[in-house]
Amino acid sequence: MHKLARTLHLNISSRNRFYNPPYFRKEGIIKMLDIDLLNKKCIDIRKLIVNQIGGLGVGHIGGSLSVVELLVYLYYHEMNIDPKNPDMEGRDRFIMSKGHGGPALYSVLADKGYFSIEELDTLNKPGTNLPSHCDMLKTRGVDMTTGSLGQGLSCAVGMALGSKIKSDDAYIYCLLGDGEIQEGQIWEAAMAAGHFKLNRLIVFLDYNKMQISGTVEEIMDIEPVIDKWKSFNWNVYRANGHNINGIHKSVIEAKKSKDKPTMIILDTIKGKGVSFAEEAKVLSHSMTISEDMRIKAIKELDSEVDNL
Amino acid sequence: MIPDNNIKEMRQILYEFLDQKMEEDERIVVIDADLSKSNGTYNLRKKYPNRAFDVGVAEQNMAGIGAGMAAYGFIPFISTFVPFATRRICDQVAVSIAYANRNVKIIGSDPGIAAELNGGTHMSFEDIGVFRSIPNMVIFEPVDVIQLKKALPQIVEYEGPLYIRFFRKWTPTVFDEDYEFNLFKGDLIKEGKDITIIASGIMVYEALLACKKLKEKGIDGELINIHTIKPIDRDCIIKSARKTNRVVTCENHNTIGGLRSAVTEVLSESYPVIVKGIGVQDRFGQVGKLPYLKKAYGLEADNIVNTCMDIINN
Repeated sequence: MHKLARTLHLNISSRNRFYNPPYFRKEGIIKMLDIDLLNKKCIDIRKLIVNQIGGLGVGHIGGSLSVVELLVYLYYHEMNIDPKNPDMEGRDRFIMSKGHGGPALYSVLADKGYFSIEELDTLNKPGTNLPSHCDMLKTRGVDMTTGSLGQGLSCAVGMALGSKIKSDDAYIYCLLGDGEIQEGQIWEAAMAAGHFKLNRLIVFLDYNKMQISGTVEEIMDIEPVIDKWKSFNWNVYRANGHNINGIHKSVIEAKKSKDKPTMIILDTIKGKGVSFAEEAKVLSHSMTISEDMRIKAIKELDSEVDNL
Repeated sequence: MIPDNNIKEMRQILYEFLDQKMEEDERIVVIDADLSKSNGTYNLRKKYPNRAFDVGVAEQNMAGIGAGMAAYGFIPFISTFVPFATRRICDQVAVSIAYANRNVKIIGSDPGIAAELNGGTHMSFEDIGVFRSIPNMVIFEPVDVIQLKKALPQIVEYEGPLYIRFFRKWTPTVFDEDYEFNLFKGDLIKEGKDITIIASGIMVYEALLACKKLKEKGIDGELINIHTIKPIDRDCIIKSARKTNRVVTCENHNTIGGLRSAVTEVLSESYPVIVKGIGVQDRFGQVGKLPYLKKAYGLEADNIVNTCMDIINN
């Protein structure tokens, strides 16, 4: 068995529970949150991230680990998607506007079956389909190419407008980094989404409060962040980004919106779940990871399974 | 030159095409950044309120929205003035549109000296250079209304990012109605044996005038129009250079990065001959009307004639 798959201890029967049956949202069926299952999945995904970046020895680990709960919630519970048909018409979309979160998204996509778990080992290696930043032409399941910060939200706005024209009832999800919203284009897109009343656009802010050169507060403060989005005619909710139940409640509220896009600010911890990454704080944005660190992190995550 | 009232403005042709095409093809959307009245696209939003809209003065967002809509299966035309469609949103075009290979058509109006009274800030002489160095980008500059009318259906048919360097007002006609257009082929407008003149956009008409003046001097010039500057029709350029051994390029753009650069790149690899460039000689723009600006930057027939004679006599 491949080393990544081995470290996952995958239980095939439990994995299959994540392959959702079609989501009958029009009939109003709301799936029950299986918190235990999703929390367990978060640990699996964190291990995939650590092995992916650890295998290479360097990468964007901090901001990948901080968004795991959101991605697990969206991809294993909420989104109307089909890994067997990644281009399905009317599917929900996810735009990783903070494109350097690629390794987190790749872990989820591989685990969902868009491509093999083994392929995660090719991250950033020559000829890979898994480059540092998300690339829709290379990676099955990636809905938009991102990496130059600030651009993904505009693309999400374009998709939400497209969905509106087609009346396909899709939801467009987008994830922004906290440093990313210092980009001016974000506010052009925010203004447009409010203006066009894109109520099916649901955007998350990975508010881990750190960027490459320091804390967000000291480099270029984004506060009062709630007021900013509200003043652009958005619904704004705030949740603990590592609490799936909280994320879920916010998304339920967001889906009640009739005429406004929604911003869900997720308070997160950069490097969440892996001590060396959490302790590195701002340095975890992109850091080198030794084999010892990787092994220690996997052990740490394994022990978390026991604590669930 | 006095506009011929029987000839429509370029923007009218664009509007009429989009108006009809949007009815046939629901994938087409038109996005403007507060310049739709200039570009002739304004009235589309009355008929197609969902598919023709404005994003305000926010070109970066317009590029991203275009890319997102293209990712959703639409064919967006995004439209503004040249400097805002190119240098201002270069990264958005490079990443969200070209790198992601999204089927977005970028309309940049008022190329080069066509910015007239808007002056230096709006007078882009670098846009072709900017886009030519971005992979996947196709760069098209129409010559007249007849060509534009024939080009637009092929532009919609072509799948991928494409930039239309769009002179939006009245322009003299160069082509006949029965002219056969091919998006990726240059046009041999006039055959000749003594010197090759390769022109684009509004300079094609000047080059045509220059050919007539050269004839009076006993010089038989060959005139080629290059409407698609990228990917450039290499064969047509090499074939003509082999025949004449002398080339002059004419462009409403900086001679660095534009048509001259594209032509010399082709010839230096395949058939090196002398190439002289008529165009803006690495200068910024300024306010003025077209006749003044043509003179100021040497973008006129007389300068083409003199340059040709220089090459021939030396």
